[in-house]
Amino acid sequence: MYRLVFFLISLWLLVSSAQAASTSAPEELKDLYFGETLYYAFQEEWFDAIARLDTELALHHGLDQPELDSLYVHVGLAEFAVGDFELAYRMHQRAGRAITAVINGNVAEEIRNEAIFRLAKIYFQKNQPVNSQHVLDRISGSVPEVIRDDLIFLRSQVHMATGRFDEAVTLLLELENTQSLEGFTGYNLAIALLMAGQDKEGHRYLDLNGKIRSKKPATLAIKDKSNLVIGDILLGKNNFLGAKEVLDRVRLEGPFSNRALLGSGWADASMEHFEQALIPWSLLLERQITDLAVQEALLAVPYAYGKLGVYSKAALLYGSALKSFGEEVDKLETSIKSIREGKFLRALVREELKQDDNWVVKLREIPETPETYYLLDLMASHDFQESLKNYLDLEQLRRKLENWNGDLDAFEEIIEKRRTYYQPLLPEIDTKFRLLDSQMRLRLEQRERIDKRLQTVLIAPRPDYLATADERTSRERIIQLEQTLSADTAAVSDQVTSRIRRLHGVLDWNIHTGYDQRLTEAYQNLHDLNQVIETLQQQYNSFVRIRQAATQSYQGYNKSIRRQRIRITAATEQLTTLMARQGHMLEVLAVSELTRRRDRLEEFQVKARFAMADSFDRATRTQGQKRIEQ
Amino acid sequence: MNNIWGVIWLGILICTLSCTAYGQEVSREQIKGLDEQVQEIKSDVLSIAAELNLLEEKLLYPSHTQISMFLALAKGDLFRLDSIEIRLDEQVVAQHLYTFKELEALQMGGVQRIYTGNIKTGEHEVLVSFSGKSTGGNELEYLESYKIEKDIGPTIVEMILAHQGITFNNR
Repeated sequence: MYRLVFFLISLWLLVSSAQAASTSAPEELKDLYFGETLYYAFQEEWFDAIARLDTELALHHGLDQPELDSLYVHVGLAEFAVGDFELAYRMHQRAGRAITAVINGNVAEEIRNEAIFRLAKIYFQKNQPVNSQHVLDRISGSVPEVIRDDLIFLRSQVHMATGRFDEAVTLLLELENTQSLEGFTGYNLAIALLMAGQDKEGHRYLDLNGKIRSKKPATLAIKDKSNLVIGDILLGKNNFLGAKEVLDRVRLEGPFSNRALLGSGWADASMEHFEQALIPWSLLLERQITDLAVQEALLAVPYAYGKLGVYSKAALLYGSALKSFGEEVDKLETSIKSIREGKFLRALVREELKQDDNWVVKLREIPETPETYYLLDLMASHDFQESLKNYLDLEQLRRKLENWNGDLDAFEEIIEKRRTYYQPLLPEIDTKFRLLDSQMRLRLEQRERIDKRLQTVLIAPRPDYLATADERTSRERIIQLEQTLSADTAAVSDQVTSRIRRLHGVLDWNIHTGYDQRLTEAYQNLHDLNQVIETLQQQYNSFVRIRQAATQSYQGYNKSIRRQRIRITAATEQLTTLMARQGHMLEVLAVSELTRRRDRLEEFQVKARFAMADSFDRATRTQGQKRIEQ
Repeated sequence: MNNIWGVIWLGILICTLSCTAYGQEVSREQIKGLDEQVQEIKSDVLSIAAELNLLEEKLLYPSHTQISMFLALAKGDLFRLDSIEIRLDEQVVAQHLYTFKELEALQMGGVQRIYTGNIKTGEHEVLVSFSGKSTGGNELEYLESYKIEKDIGPTIVEMILAHQGITFNNR
């Protein structure tokens, strides 16, 4: 019965798995790179979403002033999201740590409780209900409206999985009218009641659930399942009429229809209504023979004919069943052989299948994959699905690692080409640059001196500072002449002395009267010079950057690339081993299922042979009796 | 005889109805143990991916030449984006046809980095054309240009597509 509970749980989880991550885009997106991770997450490309978000968070946390980074406003959400995506990528250990950080961090109560809910859900999905319970116990305060019902449902599931059925019943009763869980609540409630020993109430809820009106496929499936279970219980209690009534409620095209048709026929047969029993069983004969119920119907139909006294037809149908069983046993043998040859794993990773949401069903349709014909039931089991998802994830990682090795080859080639190009050029460029650099420094010093002088002039005017070069030369010559004449007064006429003095006066006059104009011009020139220097500085900086970038374009990567190669090689080796083990586990599960099916068919063969002989015998006797009577 | 067959058939039926125990050879502990190792390798490979992302960006798109173009859909605008083409200085640098999943991701607020490349500092022209269908079923075709000024830092161009046209933002 526990298996039944887990089946139900897995059914619900399958329904809800499409909404594995709950992170939504912020109201106003400030960081486009964060938006990019959401773009991948919304497509359920978890690996890319996590890898990019990890990169962004690492860059953000490495900044000196993270508050200036555009991710700053979203960092709380980003840290929650990375854990959320990891949960969706079924990495509950790492996600647990990330979400625990959020839980323990300074976050709003509702965000914290949602994080706890998601962590508990993943523990439950991983078949760890006790851990799930411990996590759920940490929820306190207000819970977001959107998860309120799901949280109660999860709590009830955990209680059921840990054997606390009474508590599960109490919780499920709160959800009786919840539309989003319609059908699932009633079914779980019925199972919890049955497990708690309240059979009557359990039956009542199963019956109610079996009458739900809905258009939702998931609700209809659980409705069928309810009818199937109650039908089974009633058959066990020899209430064949009641069983038939509920089994006939199951849809003819749903996932449980084959089992319901088989059971319905048995309810009729048990009441000795063999002609009615032939109706559902004959329907089954037209269906996919790999189904267990169909195979059983191959024996049930001749059994009914036998009971109706049509022994010859029964004998023929047993013969036909025997032939079909033989063919199916051969097919199963081929499948088992094919799986052991590794073809099953190769079929699972076929790329074209990933394009189809219904790929598990499509598996049986692809050519040359007999190993997949009988595995639909197995593929619906939780353990197999988890193992299969892990295998497919490992295959995705294997391809990534393989591609990255190729990327590293390309990087090395780029680096080598850059080195070959830049290395011979750079020494000459550096020599020229050093020359220009020293010239530039000299000019900058000159400019600084001029600037200082002008500042000084502003405080104490010095017209001589603004004399032109000619004026300075003339002035020096005049001063020289004056000194020469003063040393030898006899030889110089007053006229000459007067001329020299006049010239000195004119020069001083020009320098002093033009001072304001000259000062203005000097400032204007300095301003113009500043602009030129600014452009020069930009060019200088640009050159320095480009020069640095040229070196950085090929230097300093070797260590990093070597480290990445070592890590990729180590990961590939580990991955290969893990894939082999995971693949082997899938093969063992598959072969085990196929062997079980083959063994059952072999039992059917024995029964069919015995029944066929018996029917022939009866047919012969009947004919003999008829002949005697004639 | 009838009773014997009945018991056999009921037994078979009950077996059929209850869930089968798959693969007794594989224990739950084995599945759990392997699952934990798978998680560890995922973690290792994710860490390699994050380092490679940084290495790739540093090597192929240094910040002083880097340009990245991001595409988002206007909030609440449910027009169907079919395809886009981006030209940078008259060169086609990106073309994309949208799948349903991608479109849905954009409508949910995801942002697609549609192009990352390198350009010189200075002025450049981006020409964006996209086609799609409005919610009313009308064909949409737009062609708009945008001038960008590349300086020493990475240039980030955001394009917000709506059924009335494109809004550009230089971030």
